Amino acid sequence: MKKTLALVALAAALVAPLSAQAHRAWLAPAYTTLSGNDGWVSFDAGMSNGVFIPDHAAMRLDGLVITAPDGSKAQAEHVNQGQYRSTFDLHLTQPGTYRVSNVGSGFFATYTLNGEQKRWRGAEADYPAALPAGATDAVASRNFSRTETFVTLGEPSVTALAPTGQGIELVPVTHPTDLVVGEAATFKLLKDGQPAADLEVTVARGGTRYRDNPEETTVKTGPDGAFTVTWAEPGLYWLNAAVRTEASGDQLASNASYNGVVEVLP
Amino acid sequence: MRSLPLVLTTAALASAAAPALAADLTVSVELPTIRVASYHRPYVAVWIEREDQTAVRTLAVWYQQTRNSEGDGKDWLKDIRTWWRKGGRAMTLPADGVSGATRAPGRQTLTVPGARLRDLPAGQYNIVVEAARELGGREAVRVPFRWGAANTGRATGATELGAVSVTVSR
Repeated sequence: MKKTLALVALAAALVAPLSAQAHRAWLAPAYTTLSGNDGWVSFDAGMSNGVFIPDHAAMRLDGLVITAPDGSKAQAEHVNQGQYRSTFDLHLTQPGTYRVSNVGSGFFATYTLNGEQKRWRGAEADYPAALPAGATDAVASRNFSRTETFVTLGEPSVTALAPTGQGIELVPVTHPTDLVVGEAATFKLLKDGQPAADLEVTVARGGTRYRDNPEETTVKTGPDGAFTVTWAEPGLYWLNAAVRTEASGDQLASNASYNGVVEVLP
Repeated sequence: MRSLPLVLTTAALASAAAPALAADLTVSVELPTIRVASYHRPYVAVWIEREDQTAVRTLAVWYQQTRNSEGDGKDWLKDIRTWWRKGGRAMTLPADGVSGATRAPGRQTLTVPGARLRDLPAGQYNIVVEAARELGGREAVRVPFRWGAANTGRATGATELGAVSVTVSR
């Protein structure tokens, strides 16, 4: 009976919606649209309670990947991890759109030891040897998270936005740096390169400290992974989607999450 | 009596669907005098758009032509944000006969010679004038006009633009 209850509790914990995380991860640019021969943009990154309000934890930028308009990798400069906010600058030297992403992957497992549910995080190669003796009901998962934004110098382009095929990714139908109040924008979400159908996407506008209504909406992706948003107000918006895929056959369970930031101009 | 055929021919030309002898298009823009301590002449773009507000062609863009301690003048073209999105960002600037320096407050006139608009089909259009000012605001004024017949359209801005008039000579 105890083992069944433990299993049920474990299963319940595992199917909890991933969007119920307490803190929101975001990577926000100072602006997304630049003109001229070149330009600089600064970025803030953090995990916090209210989007774009750095009040909890600075983001570790170990997994920062910046893709230039020609597909090559660009380097962040002046990187700093502060108390609640990490910052860096990017020098845009090519016309087109840069994709600025912080990606993280991990391997973790839950198991039961002496009736208690425990978690283990580490390298995939160490599993399952690293689990303590007596561990039972071990369930392993791969995590993949992507927190990203986009900035454009001149005309928007899509080369840098080509999917890598890992985790949840956003593919433009509407270009993410071409957003204006009142105009509907459509994006597609992929998971591991395939259309991510039936995902719940949270859309949240920044600036919550200065109003009562959080103004959050949720929208589900269609069978082709597409979802549409019509922007009522200008500002910086956070787009979030997360999905857990249970283990099947040889495939481990996986948790994938996506945090995108886009700017809507008036 | 011999001159009659000539008169008839000219009348036939005038009634053609697209003006064979293209008219001149004159846009007059009033840049208001704004008395502030740090006044900067506005960046202004003037373009033709169809009735559905899709852009046809940029007629003029006035911006800082040089580089100074703040940066290159082109760095702030994106602040004329509607123009930038609707066609400005696809242009290579400077562009002959289109781009120029910022203009001072007062009435500024832009005359587009008929030859440059020869391929514009007759019909109903808008002239849009958009102004963005450093340490100031942004405003766009839309003036409907007809291409293919003599007419004048007028509209007035409230803050960054004054009276705008568009005259088609013929």
